[in-house]
Order: sequence, then structure tokens, then C-alpha cells
Amino acid sequence: MPGQTPSQTVGPFFHDSLSWPGAETLIGSATKGERIEIVGRVLDSDGAPVPDALLEIWQANAAGRYAHPEDGQLKPIDPAFRGFGRCASDAEGRFRFATIRPGRVPGRGNALQAPHINLGLFARGLLRRLVTRLYFEDAPENAEDPVLALVQDPARRATLLAKRVAGDRAVYRFDIVLQGKGETVFFDC
Amino acid sequence: MTDLPEYRREEPGAQPPALHPAYASTVKRAPQQPPIRLPHTLSELTGPQWDRSVLRPSDDDLTRQNKGAPLGERIIVTGRVIDEDGRPVPATLIEIWQANACGRYIHPRDQHDAPLDPNFRGEGRVMTDDEGRYRFVTIKPGAYPWRNHANAWRPAHIHLSLFGPAFVTRLVTQMYFPGDPLIPLDPILNGVPDPAARMRLVAAFDLETTKPEWALGYRFDIVLRGRAQTPPLG
Repeated sequence: MPGQTPSQTVGPFFHDSLSWPGAETLIGSATKGERIEIVGRVLDSDGAPVPDALLEIWQANAAGRYAHPEDGQLKPIDPAFRGFGRCASDAEGRFRFATIRPGRVPGRGNALQAPHINLGLFARGLLRRLVTRLYFEDAPENAEDPVLALVQDPARRATLLAKRVAGDRAVYRFDIVLQGKGETVFFDC
Repeated sequence: MTDLPEYRREEPGAQPPALHPAYASTVKRAPQQPPIRLPHTLSELTGPQWDRSVLRPSDDDLTRQNKGAPLGERIIVTGRVIDEDGRPVPATLIEIWQANACGRYIHPRDQHDAPLDPNFRGEGRVMTDDEGRYRFVTIKPGAYPWRNHANAWRPAHIHLSLFGPAFVTRLVTQMYFPGDPLIPLDPILNGVPDPAARMRLVAAFDLETTKPEWALGYRFDIVLRGRAQTPPLG
């Protein structure tokens, strides 16, 4: 059996090659669903901004279906939504995505998952990708989500909940703390 | 609904830990809490898929993206992307970036005192064919200094980013060159615990790929995580 190719850091010099213009906007005029924005910062153990992170998101469409051949659910495909976004953090560690609120997708067994966005993070100083999930703080479905239930400590679970920013538009704030106080929950998948 | 089969988990010796103090940038960025093991649901078993429409002309030849030829030693890099069962990974996107022959990136934050080459951006993209094969032409990148420790130099390397079929098969890695004396000294490569797995990141010189009177060839196969069982069709 051939062995896995090891992961190596993305390094500090990926920007032009990996951040496509417009990659942080997952939606077009024809995309179905409730428009939302995700904003946040990436911070290190000193609370200092991480200015050289690459964030990638992957999510289901508004109906809760992934644009992928293995998702055989009887739910509509949205031809105007791929579900992948990419954003490099800026000098202040900030990132921003424009997308739609995903629908619910099944978990293992008969469980149903709460709406969530899968997030991968690369940076100088990370020899491997970090994986986390963004849930919506105001979603009642969170109470029955099988993945949130894996995180016992409520303070740690709260690191996975994006908070609605006051205002007319649906903007959610999701800061990512790589290490130390308030460290975001990361997953081994 | 029947659960789809999971992917195999990471091979412990092959994948580096979060914290590797010899690589100084990990010290303030590596999470301290152990990651929580996630069962594989549709969220993990799916992932972005691309077709050839994302490829631009000359994406597979980094020496032909500008008016003139870049300086440096022209090389051909080829290989196969397969999974842990040896099955080809077809139609997967590979993104490529690298320093020029002098060891300088076009990136604005790269302050290394070495010349930029107006004929070299150092960025490319290729997609694997039905057999998982890929091939691109570039120039051999130079070594360059970094501030990790006294007199620290990165071995020559090419960055590669791959998607594979699922969110969990995503891989960003680096390819090194055989015989490079900096390889044993590199804290980033040495972050891979198993020395045999480390050597998987060193390409092999390949006379068959080498094109007479034109360019040396290197072979670099990439192994993505495989499936515990074959997923049912449909």
C-alpha cells in the first residue's frame, strides 16, 4: 500500500497563486438562498493578527445539498452555487466571505446536522491544515447537532458559533484563535 | 440512508504534528488542545470539483507565461496522483508556486536580496488525466535564506496544492530535489516524523522524462488518502 504524501506548510508566499480574484464571493445573482456575510480575524497565541493565513470554506447549498457526485440526496442542485470559497487574511488578520446560509445535511446514521460551513486554514507555521466548522449562534438546530455534541465544554463549543452582527444585513462574525485563551476547536478528520 | 464509507485516517508518521519547535513559526500558532475526531459525513466526503475550464493557457508551462524565457535550468516535473490503494485520482486540480532560479518569489513580502526575473512569475496549474498523471514545465527554483535560525536556508522546493475527491483529501505540500545538501537541515521537512515518509517528498531524477538537448526530468508521485471501502455506485 503506497504511503500518504506528507503535508507541508503553505508558507508565506502563496498569495498570488492561491487567492483568485472573487474567490471570497460564492454567490451570483441567480444563487438561491439567504445572503449572508462571514467576517472574522485569525489570531495567534498573543492575540496578534495572522496576516498570512489562507482560509477555505466548503458548504452545502440552501437546500442542504453539496455540489458533488457522492451527494445523492433528492434535493435540488443549484447550478449557480458551487459552495467553495477562498480568502487570504489581510494585514490585520481579517477575512470575509459572501455566501448563503446552507441548508441542513445528514450526519451519520439518521442524525441531521445543523447548518454549518466547513473551514480549512493554512498558514506559515502550520505544517498541516487546520479544520474547523462554523455554526450559526442563532440556529435552534444547533441543540441537536451531533458534531457540536462532541464538544463537551460549553466555552469551547462557543468558539464554533458565529455571532450575528447588529444591523440590517445578515453578517456573522467568526474569529479564529489558533492557540491559547479562547482557542478555537479544531477537528481531526 | 446508508452511510457512505469513510476515508482512511492520517498516517501518524507521515503527517507532521501541529507543534514542531525547530520550525519557530509553529510555536505561537500550533493549537494546544487536541483536535476532536470527526466522523465522516457528507460534509467531509464531498469537496470542490473542478473541470478544465479553470485552466489558463500556459498554466502547465511556467517558462512560457511571459515575453521571454526565464533564466535558470529548465526542468520537466511529472508524476501520478494516486490514493493509498494505488488507484488513480483523475481530474484533480494541482496548483503550483515556487521561487525563481535565484531563490526569490515574486511576492511583495519576499525581501531576499536576489533579483526578480521579469520573465518568471512562478505560478502554474495542471489537472490530472484519467490515469492520475500530470506534467508541467518550469525552471529549477533556487535555495533561499529565512530567519528561522542562524544561517537558515530552505532547500530548493516547489509548492503543490491538491484537492482530491473530498474535503478530507485536501493536501498542500512541497516537492524537493534529490541530492540537495540542505534537505537534512530543513526544519519544515524534518517536521515529518517518519524519515521514510520524509523521503516521499523528494522527487526522483528520471531519464525517461528527460528530453534530449532540452530539459532534465523529475518524477514526483503524490499519494492522497484512500477509502476504507469502495463507495457504492450511483
